[in-house]
Amino acid sequence: MRDKRSRETKEPLFHLSRRYSISWIQAWGIRLAAVLLGMLVCGVVAFLLIEKLQQRPDRIGDFYYAFIKGAFGTSRKFWKFLKNIAILLCIALALTPAFRMHFWNTGGEGQTLVGVLACIAVDFYLGGTIPEYLLLILMLLASLAAGALWGLLPAVCKAKWGTNETLFTLMMNYVATYLVAFCLEVWVKSGSGVLPQMKTGKLPTIGNSYLLIILIVLGLTLLLYIYLNYTKQGYEISVVGESVRTAQYVGISDKKVIVRTMILSGALCGLAGYLIGAGLDLSVSTQSAGGQGFTAIMVSWLAKFNPLTMILTAGLIQLLNQGAAQISQDFDVSGALPNVIVGIILFFIIGSEFFIDYKIHFIRKEKEAVK
Amino acid sequence: MNIWLNFLIDSLAFGATFIYGSTGEILTEKAGHLNLGIPGIMCMGGAGGCLVLNMVGKIGLPPTMIVILGILGAVLFSMLCGFIYSFLTVSLRANQNVTGLALTTFGVGLMKVIMIKLDATVYLVGPKEYYRWPFAGRQDSLQTLGILFFLAIVIALIAGYVLSKTRVGLNLRAIGEKPGTADAVGINVIRYKYIATCIGSGIAGLGGFYYIVDYMASQEAYLSLEAFGWLSIALVIFALWRPPMTIIGSTVFGFLFSCSSFITNIPGITVTMAMKPVLRMLPYVVTILVLIITSVRNKRENQPPASLGLSYFREDR
Repeated sequence: MRDKRSRETKEPLFHLSRRYSISWIQAWGIRLAAVLLGMLVCGVVAFLLIEKLQQRPDRIGDFYYAFIKGAFGTSRKFWKFLKNIAILLCIALALTPAFRMHFWNTGGEGQTLVGVLACIAVDFYLGGTIPEYLLLILMLLASLAAGALWGLLPAVCKAKWGTNETLFTLMMNYVATYLVAFCLEVWVKSGSGVLPQMKTGKLPTIGNSYLLIILIVLGLTLLLYIYLNYTKQGYEISVVGESVRTAQYVGISDKKVIVRTMILSGALCGLAGYLIGAGLDLSVSTQSAGGQGFTAIMVSWLAKFNPLTMILTAGLIQLLNQGAAQISQDFDVSGALPNVIVGIILFFIIGSEFFIDYKIHFIRKEKEAVK
Repeated sequence: MNIWLNFLIDSLAFGATFIYGSTGEILTEKAGHLNLGIPGIMCMGGAGGCLVLNMVGKIGLPPTMIVILGILGAVLFSMLCGFIYSFLTVSLRANQNVTGLALTTFGVGLMKVIMIKLDATVYLVGPKEYYRWPFAGRQDSLQTLGILFFLAIVIALIAGYVLSKTRVGLNLRAIGEKPGTADAVGINVIRYKYIATCIGSGIAGLGGFYYIVDYMASQEAYLSLEAFGWLSIALVIFALWRPPMTIIGSTVFGFLFSCSSFITNIPGITVTMAMKPVLRMLPYVVTILVLIITSVRNKRENQPPASLGLSYFREDR
């Protein structure tokens, strides 16, 4: 009797357990496999979307080669590749302290945008009337302050009343966007909404026009790595992130840490805005941050909030972006293709984390178990 | 027609986009999943519906069939996106924010790639009239109050009823608050999460479809769709996680968003160009204020679901 009943209960095919340690090689092997699998799916999707590929299936090699060509094809492309990594990395670094605290700052986009806006505003009103070095310093301070303010508002509400920070910071992005639109309406008298490039307030260049930005961000990466891992404040951030109650027990004021960290996070986003505003565009538009504030969230998360690994993940995203841009050029398709390809690869990487965190145990057939 | 009435009707019609988007998002959030992929899902819904219309537009089907097929196309595509999202976040327990953002990146991109290939004379010109039944052909604001508009209202009311008055709704809300407890009671947490997310996505996708084919009915409409996806997520907070409230909320949002262009028609009021962005900023500012006020008052029934954003693994503590 008992035998019969036990056979009727459904046995799941497998069960899961959490993996607490995994070797470095195994983890990166899984991730690499995910990226390769994703690339394969990208190929299939591209075949469905790109007519030129359907006519000439043998050009599929060109399709994959474009990823290398897009980033390394010419020295100009290569420097642009490094510059794109630097900007994305800078925003991702800025978000990281907040994420380590389990404060989901989805407002990188807005914080960067007000950073651009603030430095261009200073340039717009003071440019030409004061010495250039003073102007650049004032622009930097304005960017940092504006970014910090955009981070401070949600942080204070979170600390005081527990306001949901994901939604708050998300909304702040749009307040920033329309603030920029408002300023453009006021500044541009012609009504075209496009601000011509500023003549003053350009960051000095060393070597070529991108090198200074790249070096600044590289320095920031190291500093942030040290700050998060080897200082008292960095440790406090981790404690608050792991458990607020532990923090309270050992005498860390979680509210103070939240506010302080978000000021830092917002100010660093403002710095990214300064690099875009004073270092590259010398102008501001609602697209100045160009969605990188959102991409940076994924860059930071994929690197497990480790500043050094972020160089790699930002590199991967930009490699895909530039490669896909190259494809849309070579195969004459819509400029939106990079988003599709980045999206697909991200799905696979996001999914692969599961196989790193969990182990799957397949359950053997009951008969064998009984024997 | 009276200018104010015209304005109100236009706000209502515009708001239907948000009713779909935020009703879908509410269902997902009630299951404990913050789906930041809604903008992408709405875009994919719009693209899917238009793709189907583009295929069936020329073969001379009866209007009813075309209307139904378009809706099915939109729902199917967006549900597929919802399925990707729920597979990653429910089964693979991925971070919801990251998955949602990736889905938005993907959905918006794919929509643009698809839409650029479609022929607007096929998917837009004919079908637009069918969807605007019974007011098609009118010259005033009433013309956009068609089938899809009323469907939005009906869906929001049904969703509200199901969530607050039925056992299924109670179970779903329990999962959003404390999945562990719901699991212990014997509710199939995984199944509920999957179904709520997929149905929610299907509803949201209709919003994108409505916006492109009916409300805007223009070839470039899809380019501005993403921003309204984010606005739909904002509206969820404004509506305090109650679907029927989205009808009021979306009208207010529609009012605020389109008043900048309407106000210029009213004699006696002059609006400078610079005021337009400020007026458009208002929905977001209002949302932030609602968010702060609800957290200050801290009333239990107005809070986000307690386990919003957390993935559930039975064997965790």
